[in-house]
Amino acid sequence: MAGGAGPPPPLLDAKGLTLAFGPRVIQRDLTFSVRRGSVFAVMGGSGCGKSTVLRAMIGLLRPAAGTVAVDGEDYWGASSSRRAEIGRRFGVLFQNGALWSSMSVAENVALPLQIFTDLGAGDIDALVRLKLSLVGMEAAGKRMPSELSGGMRKRAGLARALALDPDILFFDEPSAGLDPVTSKRLDDLILELRDGLGATIVIVSHELPSLFATCDDGLFLDAETRTAIAHGSPRALRDGCGHPIVRSFMERTRHDHPGQGGSP
Amino acid sequence: MTQANPPGWRLDLRGREVVVSLTGDWIARETGLRNIAEVRQALESLDAVRLGFDASGLGRWDSALVVFLQSLRAEVARQVPPLGLDESALPEAARRLLALAGLAGGSESAETVPPPPSLATRVGRSAFNWWGGGVAVAALVGETVLRSVAAFGGRARTRAVDVMQLMREAGAGAVGIIAVVNGLVGAILAFVGAVQLRRFGAGIYVADLVGIAMVREMAAVMTAIVMAGRTGGAYAAHLATMQGNEEIDALQALGIPVHDFLVLPRVAALVAMMPLLYLYACAVGLFGGFVVSGATLDLTPAAFWGQIQTAIAGRQFAIGLVKSVAFGALVALVGCHVGLKAGRSAAAVGHAATTAVVAGIVGIIALDALFAVCADALGI
Ligand SMILES: Nc1ncnc2c1ncn2[C@@H]1O[C@H](COP(=O)(O)OP(=O)(O)O)[C@@H](O)[C@H]1O
Ligand SMILES: [Mg+2]
Repeated sequence: MAGGAGPPPPLLDAKGLTLAFGPRVIQRDLTFSVRRGSVFAVMGGSGCGKSTVLRAMIGLLRPAAGTVAVDGEDYWGASSSRRAEIGRRFGVLFQNGALWSSMSVAENVALPLQIFTDLGAGDIDALVRLKLSLVGMEAAGKRMPSELSGGMRKRAGLARALALDPDILFFDEPSAGLDPVTSKRLDDLILELRDGLGATIVIVSHELPSLFATCDDGLFLDAETRTAIAHGSPRALRDGCGHPIVRSFMERTRHDHPGQGGSP
Repeated sequence: MTQANPPGWRLDLRGREVVVSLTGDWIARETGLRNIAEVRQALESLDAVRLGFDASGLGRWDSALVVFLQSLRAEVARQVPPLGLDESALPEAARRLLALAGLAGGSESAETVPPPPSLATRVGRSAFNWWGGGVAVAALVGETVLRSVAAFGGRARTRAVDVMQLMREAGAGAVGIIAVVNGLVGAILAFVGAVQLRRFGAGIYVADLVGIAMVREMAAVMTAIVMAGRTGGAYAAHLATMQGNEEIDALQALGIPVHDFLVLPRVAALVAMMPLLYLYACAVGLFGGFVVSGATLDLTPAAFWGQIQTAIAGRQFAIGLVKSVAFGALVALVGCHVGLKAGRSAAAVGHAATTAVVAGIVGIIALDALFAVCADALGI
């Protein structure tokens, strides 16, 4: 958690990753690595397979070929119980929060702690209150997910993702479906948390949220060729990538978010 | 991962400043949380005006430390006169988190009132309370089974509170409709029987007909069909909705076994509720038959109930109870299976519900036929 010096080895290392549903290949031959403490962006238009790549990293979809290594350990080669153990270092914020609808917000955050720790009820309560207060939701702990707005649902999902103090946070489209103000607030919150928690972050998005300004590295997926067509931070891609698809993606998003297109 | 050093703190008075020295690893999962109460006592015994920190001995830390610091903050603010607080010696990241947690952010007020339950649900609930004793026993049996499963498999993720909630939903809401259906079935049996048997002057045997048919077959089958329509369909729709909402993914990403967490409680709830509902259905069905045979034949109540008692052996109830348990498990398993296999679209939810109801009803009838064959072969 406390930052260390020296060149850190990659926390996530994907090699030759090919993802498919049955015979239908979604993305092939992806190779990338995520450095410890960095913010990594998976970019590309809607439907190009970003969420699918994410699912391969969090244990929901076995790759058709290739490997993912977490801290040097082969993630998909491990037994399923070992994989679940590694997965407990991950916190995932799904696209719509994916809160468990039959439980209150506080119960959602408490469940991972109840299941995977030996902590008593009082300690779990204290941790749940902390996580909810980190995302500004301490007043809404008793509410059911159906009573929350989209932005609150994402913040609650974020609190749940933080429940086990993860080393890696995955975000699927954090700003999709939110109004610009709420979306900006969520982005700021994520950055605050990154600085506070020292976690590594992987963000999947089809738009260019303000968050991208701080991404250290990234991957640009293309639906047409079904593979990555560019590597590098969004900033570098915006300024220096000659690929027409990448260029038009960056131009479009700059157009959509005039405030964030940024300095030359 | 390295072995965690136990977390610790020490208070030193330097001049009029208390210094809290933090040592060891503060990792919630590994070392738990530290209680603030001892710090409070120690603080009260010291005569200080400021509180500072020394984090030079601090190892790894996570939320456990932040929770501790947060309650320390609250403690410091409560002192009279309030202490000055100097957090500059804390790790930068911890100060950021404290600041973030301290913001009274986005506090829309919490309480919302759920809509009042429908009349049928209220009737069902009061009947359910009336059964309190029986349900408590069933819950105990259920939990025992779960605990033993847990002990057997090492670690089950089934929560007893889920099972209780599901039992309430499955039982309370169904009481009214089960009464109507089984009362009418009992009445129809009596009516058909009366018309036929009266011609032979054997009207009294209507009681045998209604009794055996209800207890052995109809109460269990009709109740199971009602449960397939209400609860099996609801399970399928619920799990399909969870699928579309990525809730199942969220469970799997955490490594929470979907079977333990979603399927087992539902099976347990229905297996526990069905025998109770079956007995209730028997009572209502027999009563329906009694009313109709009283009206169409000149049977006295004493003659009817006397005849029923000679007609139905305990064995018939045993067969009915076994069936009701099997049907309960079938309905829950079919509902969960269909729901978990559903696609991720909104249309998939409706489709899953329909499929579960149809498959449930067909399954109940087929299973009942199987029971009939087996009972015949065994001569019971
Ligand atoms: N469970 C699935 N089965 C079959 N195809 C799928 C499944 N999930 C996603 N797909 C397909 O994979 C492609 C990529 O989907 P996705 O990763 O969700 O895209 P993105 O997140 O980039 O918008 C889409 O064409 C989608 O239809
Ligand atoms: Mg997606």
